[in-house]
Amino acid sequence: MKNMNHLFSLFLFSILTVQLLLFPIVSFANGKLLATPGVSQVEGSGGGGLVPWAQLAGYATEDEIALSAFCTLAKVKDFQLNTCGGQANFYDRVEISVAEQNFDVDPLKLILTQKIIGVKVRLYNDLVYSTWPQVSLGLQHKSLDTPNIGYALGAKKDSGTDIYLAASKLHLGLVAGYNFLWNASLRYTKANEMGLLGFSGPNGNGSIESELSMAILLNKHLAIGTEYRYKPDNLGLNEKNWQDVFIAWFPNKHVNFTLAYLDLGTIAAIPNQTGWYLSLSGSY
Amino acid sequence: MYKSIAYFFIILTLQLSLGCSSNNQELGKIKANNQLYHAIGAQEGINSLVDALIKRIAQDKEILPYFAKSSVTHFKEGFTNHLCAVTNGPCEYNGDTMYDIHTGMHINEKDFNRVVELLIQAMEDVNISYQSQNKILLKLAPLREQIIKI
Repeated sequence: MKNMNHLFSLFLFSILTVQLLLFPIVSFANGKLLATPGVSQVEGSGGGGLVPWAQLAGYATEDEIALSAFCTLAKVKDFQLNTCGGQANFYDRVEISVAEQNFDVDPLKLILTQKIIGVKVRLYNDLVYSTWPQVSLGLQHKSLDTPNIGYALGAKKDSGTDIYLAASKLHLGLVAGYNFLWNASLRYTKANEMGLLGFSGPNGNGSIESELSMAILLNKHLAIGTEYRYKPDNLGLNEKNWQDVFIAWFPNKHVNFTLAYLDLGTIAAIPNQTGWYLSLSGSY
Repeated sequence: MYKSIAYFFIILTLQLSLGCSSNNQELGKIKANNQLYHAIGAQEGINSLVDALIKRIAQDKEILPYFAKSSVTHFKEGFTNHLCAVTNGPCEYNGDTMYDIHTGMHINEKDFNRVVELLIQAMEDVNISYQSQNKILLKLAPLREQIIKI
């Protein structure tokens, strides 16, 4: 387990190093309009903060490769989630992502750790220029290093794979001249609290959940929006749907910051988990 | 707290999107028809925009080669006329089709998007508002199919 942690950190470190080394010689993937790829979501895929979107991470178009890295901190009343990860976008067709989540459970003074490997394929259309939405199919394979809490609460497995279909569209000038973006995703999942409390349970063994996002671009650099993510309650602990209101700032194509207000409802039977979310991504 | 913010946001969005399109549709249509044309400064505004775009293109190493064989005057006349027509100004586009102009140029997505960015910069150069910029892009976006990879 320890080894895996090291391997993972090493992997992240090498992504960053490769990025830095490539920087002077390979031209930066910038074939898309600023802000249109969105940011990084908590499970490592390109998307909003909570929901994976149909867009692939980074600014790559058909003959470019984009590499991105991110870290996110989400702090609610009794829990804190630290996630770091990265994505590689190959030719605006395939996105490979990795992420490591460390979840501080304050009441028990312990940390749950999960690793996620994701793949997303853009099936068709372009977010901005097509008449119909861009559609992508993705999966997130999750393995929980610390499954004991999940098992104690009734979870049956320590790993699982989510499969999602996402559709997204940017409508130029739709809202009084401002650009409006929406994304709708359908996800098949067995995960309890995203997998941090294991997979499956006495009340459920896999279901299809929907996830919705919308945003308005106030100008080239600033987006505000909201997200809603339905979640199963396999453990019968009153697991709640997640929601957020966010503001994202894109000073340029290399970096973006997201600040959000989170309402995660009840986690592990502890209610009123509201708080803040801060995320930083770098890309080229 | 979250719910009230979310509701406010949803209502704001609906208000903004419906408010401008549903009332007095006929009257609205006539008014909206050449609103964009006037918002960007009518013929004079379009002339300065096209000049600004040509300057931006001239400074861009990636894009300039695409224009190597074309006449600046011809491009200027054609694009001015085109912008006037798509913003519902008092002109009809009578130039060559997008398809005819771009056939054989093998423009990829990246370079197409680069030109869109140059156009955005040019619109900023001549102080066209963000909202009008988006509306112009909306008019031009569907043409992408007739421009790239041909």
